[in-house]
Formats: sequence, structure tokens, C-alpha cells
Amino acid sequence: MSGRTGAHSVVEPSPLTRRIAGALVICYALIAIVPLLWIFVTGFKTPPDSIAYPPKMMFTPSLEGYVNLFTTRSRQSPEYMASLPPAETWYDRLARSRNMVIAGPSKYGQRFVNSLVVAFGSTILAVSLGTLTAYAFSRFRVPLADDLMFFILSTRMMPPIAVAIPIYLMYRSLGLSDTWLGMILLYTAVNVSLAVWLMKGFIDEIPREYEEAALIDGYTRLQAFYKVVLPQAATGIAATAIFCLIFAWNEYAFAALLTSGNAQTAPPFIPTIIGEGGLDWPAVAAGASLFLLPIVVFTVILRKHLLRGITFGAVRK
Amino acid sequence: MAEIRIQDLRKAFGDFVAVERSSFTVRDGDFFVMLGPSGCGKTTTLRMIAGLELPTSGTILLDGEDVTFRRAAQRDIAFVFQLFALYPHMSVRRNIAFPLVCQGMARAEIAAAVQEAARFLRIDHLLDRAVSGLSSGDRQRVALGRAIVRRPKAFLMDEPLGALDAEFRALMCQELRALHERLRATTVYVTHDQLEAMSMADTVAVMNQGAVEQVGPPQQIYDNPVSMFVADFIGSPPMNFLAMPGGLASGERSISVAGGQIEIPPPTAAIPPGELTLGIRPEHISFDDAAAMRAGVVAVEYLGTTQLVTLDTAHGRLKARLPAVTSARVGETVGLAFLTQRLSLFDGATGRAIPVRRPMEALHG
Repeated sequence: MSGRTGAHSVVEPSPLTRRIAGALVICYALIAIVPLLWIFVTGFKTPPDSIAYPPKMMFTPSLEGYVNLFTTRSRQSPEYMASLPPAETWYDRLARSRNMVIAGPSKYGQRFVNSLVVAFGSTILAVSLGTLTAYAFSRFRVPLADDLMFFILSTRMMPPIAVAIPIYLMYRSLGLSDTWLGMILLYTAVNVSLAVWLMKGFIDEIPREYEEAALIDGYTRLQAFYKVVLPQAATGIAATAIFCLIFAWNEYAFAALLTSGNAQTAPPFIPTIIGEGGLDWPAVAAGASLFLLPIVVFTVILRKHLLRGITFGAVRK
Repeated sequence: MAEIRIQDLRKAFGDFVAVERSSFTVRDGDFFVMLGPSGCGKTTTLRMIAGLELPTSGTILLDGEDVTFRRAAQRDIAFVFQLFALYPHMSVRRNIAFPLVCQGMARAEIAAAVQEAARFLRIDHLLDRAVSGLSSGDRQRVALGRAIVRRPKAFLMDEPLGALDAEFRALMCQELRALHERLRATTVYVTHDQLEAMSMADTVAVMNQGAVEQVGPPQQIYDNPVSMFVADFIGSPPMNFLAMPGGLASGERSISVAGGQIEIPPPTAAIPPGELTLGIRPEHISFDDAAAMRAGVVAVEYLGTTQLVTLDTAHGRLKARLPAVTSARVGETVGLAFLTQRLSLFDGATGRAIPVRRPMEALHG
């Protein structure tokens, strides 16, 4: 369908419509991107620049925010500072210029690792369980299948945080509070219903003939599932994984409630940075910027699948 | 290669009976076509032979061995699906090799077998292509390649030409038949297209409402249908039926119609009392001004070498296939003569054929 100008078409948008649509998309992109850009830029400001009014658009970039994010520092008297041997590294020098000495690494790295473990762990678990469950619902005659599917969906009808107190009490008595396992199980439980429903849609779309062909060719059902169904469901798995990961990665309320030490994830940790040594907005901004990275990378890697995935069923080949 | 013997096969899905007590035998090396309208149970029967469905009762013998409840993988049968079911994430080569990989065959042997099958089907230049980019004919050949590479005991095909356009279907019909001539493999082929069935089959089984109505070579089914259903289903346009409420006394050689008598071939069994139906193929009707049976011409369809003439008689409407040179004008009244030896008689109540004796020369005349 080439764009024949002049000819009226009922399916092709007119040039004016296209321009309006383009302008709307750009407006939306600006609204979405400006806050992110502001956070990213703030991460490279010095603390005084970050709270300057009117806001500074032009400034000398500094890594102070990132140094503050990854270190704990203590303020010292000028006499003590003078008595120290010369600073050895660039980040030591940066800290000393504010009359501070670096006392050690901060907890950000560890919190970040916790986030990675909990988010990816729960995503893998939720998507695996979801795919197997969806396959069973799609291919086998499950008694009361519709009711069971509705039951699975119904676990999402209440906001998860409504059951925060019972979960908190259960976790405390089971010893799951503040553990990786506890957080992984919790996020898996929330995500698995989404995974089952999404994956059922994808697997329903895969013709049964593929498996039947494999069964006749001599494979067992499990082999057929592994060799034929899974590769076909890759798009759906990728899309489902992104949805699950985004939820688990960004989840704040349960993380704040159930984790405090060892297993604390990054979202509840980042706001606490601000309390360490005054209004350290650049460190908070640096922490938030880094926190965005894994999701961005994951989504970029899978974006081809995601686009096909969220429009699944819309176009049949 | 093997013989497939089906005994009293029955399949019910809840209250719905898909296949009702079918028994037939597919001889070794036969091209056996199961023909019937959609929903007649032919695909279900095929899937039971393949092991994709388990029968409710009955037995399936493959080469004398009872395989009724054996898994599909253990039957050594190849299946060609209507939509080919080529694995989209694999190349043509991997698709064809897929059944061999399962058997744990050595890599070099697989490569050789795939090459041989591909050359046999003239797709060896496509081996490294993705299946998604292939034309439907090439996909069909890849699906056949995946079936023949294993040298199975039998091939089962579920409307493999159903997804092709008409022109290409005719070509693939020839190719499939040629392939069968070379391999001489037992083949069970399911279709609802009588032309496919008649042109390819050694033996046709016509199915209706879950039951096998008639099994036999295409010509026997065409010439001596056992029921009105078979007579109506085979042939295009189908056999004409004229209701004869008068019936026929035993021993009589002609049947009374409005205006005279029609001679019929001698029945070889007792004629049931009551209404009879006379079956006449369109090509066995000719115009004869002297004939007793009168009819009005309702419509004429010109087809090149022949023409289809729709006629109204006192006993019902007929379609006649006549040479294009015969003059027929809408509104005319004509006399109809029937080729006596080729007429069929059916019991009006049950729709079953009344066996008749036909002189051999008439059959092949």
C-alpha cells in the first residue's frame, strides 16, 4: 500500500492526521522523558547546584553524587584534615574538598544486588510456573478449567498491599522476613497469575499440530513441549518476563515493610540516602539513575519480542 | 510397509459419537482414501490410526500387531497435517531431520537420509532456507520429506491439499500419486474432495455420520453406490433421484412412470415393498422424442464439450450431461431416454441400494 497522494483512502491516515499523531507522540515523549532526564542530570550536579534556585541549566558536571552514593563519609575538623597524608584517589580528594573523609563503602551495591536477585529470581520462577500451568490449561482437559482460571485471576483483584499485615505476621513466624527467599516467593505469588493468563493466550495461539507432529515423529510430550512449544512461545515468554520483572523491580510497599537489613531491595533504600549527611539530592538522583539501568537494558534486549508480544493475537500469520 | 486393519472402531466424545463401529482393511501398498463430508468422522478415524486419539472401543492392527492403545511415537507411522505443521523455528533441513534426531541416528547418516529425501522430492536446493519463506507447494514437499525420511510403515495424510489453491491442488494430486507409484507405501488419505479421492485412490472408503458406507475402488463406488448418500456424494453434478411411489413387483423388468415404462437392470435380490427411488447419473440421460418420459427444459449450462441441462419431470427435477451439440432450449418439452444398464435402484425408505445385475460390456462401454 504505497501512499498515493491525492487519492482518498479509508485505511491510510491522511498526512494531516499523521502530523497530528506525530505531534501527540512527541508531546507525550517529552512529558515522560523530562523528569527522567532531570534525575539523570541531577546525578551529575554538586549538592549546592542541585538545590539552586532558579534551577541551573548550565553547570560543571561532578561525580560527587555517585561518590556519595557508593560511600559513607564522616565530617572532620580542618585541623584533622590538615594532619592527614595527601589523598591517594580522585574520590578521596572529592570527599576531602567538602571536609569529609571516606569511612567505607555504602550499602547501595548490596541493595542493588538484592534487587537483582529478588526481581530476576521471582521473574524466572513466575514465568516458569506460569508457562507450565498455561500449557496444561491450554492442552489438557482440566476439570473445572474455567473456574480454576478465574480463581487464578481473582488473586489479582485485591491490591496485594491489602494483605500486607497477614503476610507480615506469617513471614515473621516462618522466618521469611528480610530474606531473599521470602521476597522471591512473595513477588512470584503476585506475578504468577499474570504469567498464567498471558502465557495461556500465547500457547493457545500455537497450533496443536506442531506437538502432534513431534509426538508422531517419536518424541515424548515433555520433549515436544521443550523442543517445539517453548521455541514458539519465546515471544510470549519475553513479554511476560518483562511485565513480571518491572513489577518485581519497582515494588516498594512490601519491600519497605518486609525488608530492613540483609535482603532490603533498592527501592526502599534509595530514599534513605537523603538522610545520610544532609539533603544529598545528587546521590539520590545517581541511585535512581543506576536503578533504571537493568530494566532499560532488559527491555532493549527483548524489545523486538515485546512489540510482537503485547500485540499478540492481533495479527495472524 | 504394512497392512492396516480396523475392527469395530468406535469413538465417542461424551454424548457425541464421532466414529460408529467402523471396520475396514487397508491393504499393504494401497492408496486408501477416506472420503466424506465434514464432521463424518474421517479425521477422527485417521487420528486414531495415528495414535493421536484413543478409541472408545475396537482394535487397530498394524501389520498384524495390535497398536490400539500404543503411543503415537511407538507406531512407526508418519502423518502429514493439513497445515503441514512445519516447525517454524527450524530450517528445512532440521525439519526433515527432526524425526531422525529423535531416533538417535548418527549425524552423518541423518545428513545422508535428509539429502536423499530432499533430492527425491526435488527440494534439495531449499534445505538451508527457513520454512516461513517457502511457497505452499514447497512447504507441502517439506512436510512429505519429513514423512518419507523415516521410511515408516504407513503414511497418514489429513487433507494435505486443503490449504492449496485449486490449480496447484491438481498438480500436487499428480505428484502425490507419482510419489506413491515410486514408494508403494501404504497410505491413508483423508479428504472431502471427491475429485481428489477419485483421481488418486486405489480404494475409497465413503464415510457418513461416523460410519463407513462403502469401501471399494473408485469406479465401483461410482457405478454401484450402495446407498443414496454415496450416490449423491460422488459425482458432479450428483446422481439424479426420481421417486417411484408405485414400487415394483418382484420379477418385473420395468417400472411405470407417468406416460409409460422405464426398463431397469434385473435385480438380484428381493425388492422391498413400497416406494422406490430410481438413480440416474447425468451422463446416462439422452434426448429421445419417442421416449415415454417427458420433461421440460428449465435451464442450460454450457460447459464447452458438454452442457448441463436441468429438466423438470413428473417425478422430480433432473440434471443431464449432454454433448454440447445437442439442441436444448429453455421452455422446450423433450423426451428422455435412460441407459438401462447403468440405472440404480434404491429402497425409498432406507436409502439402501437394491443390487442389480449389469452386463460387463455395459460397465465399460
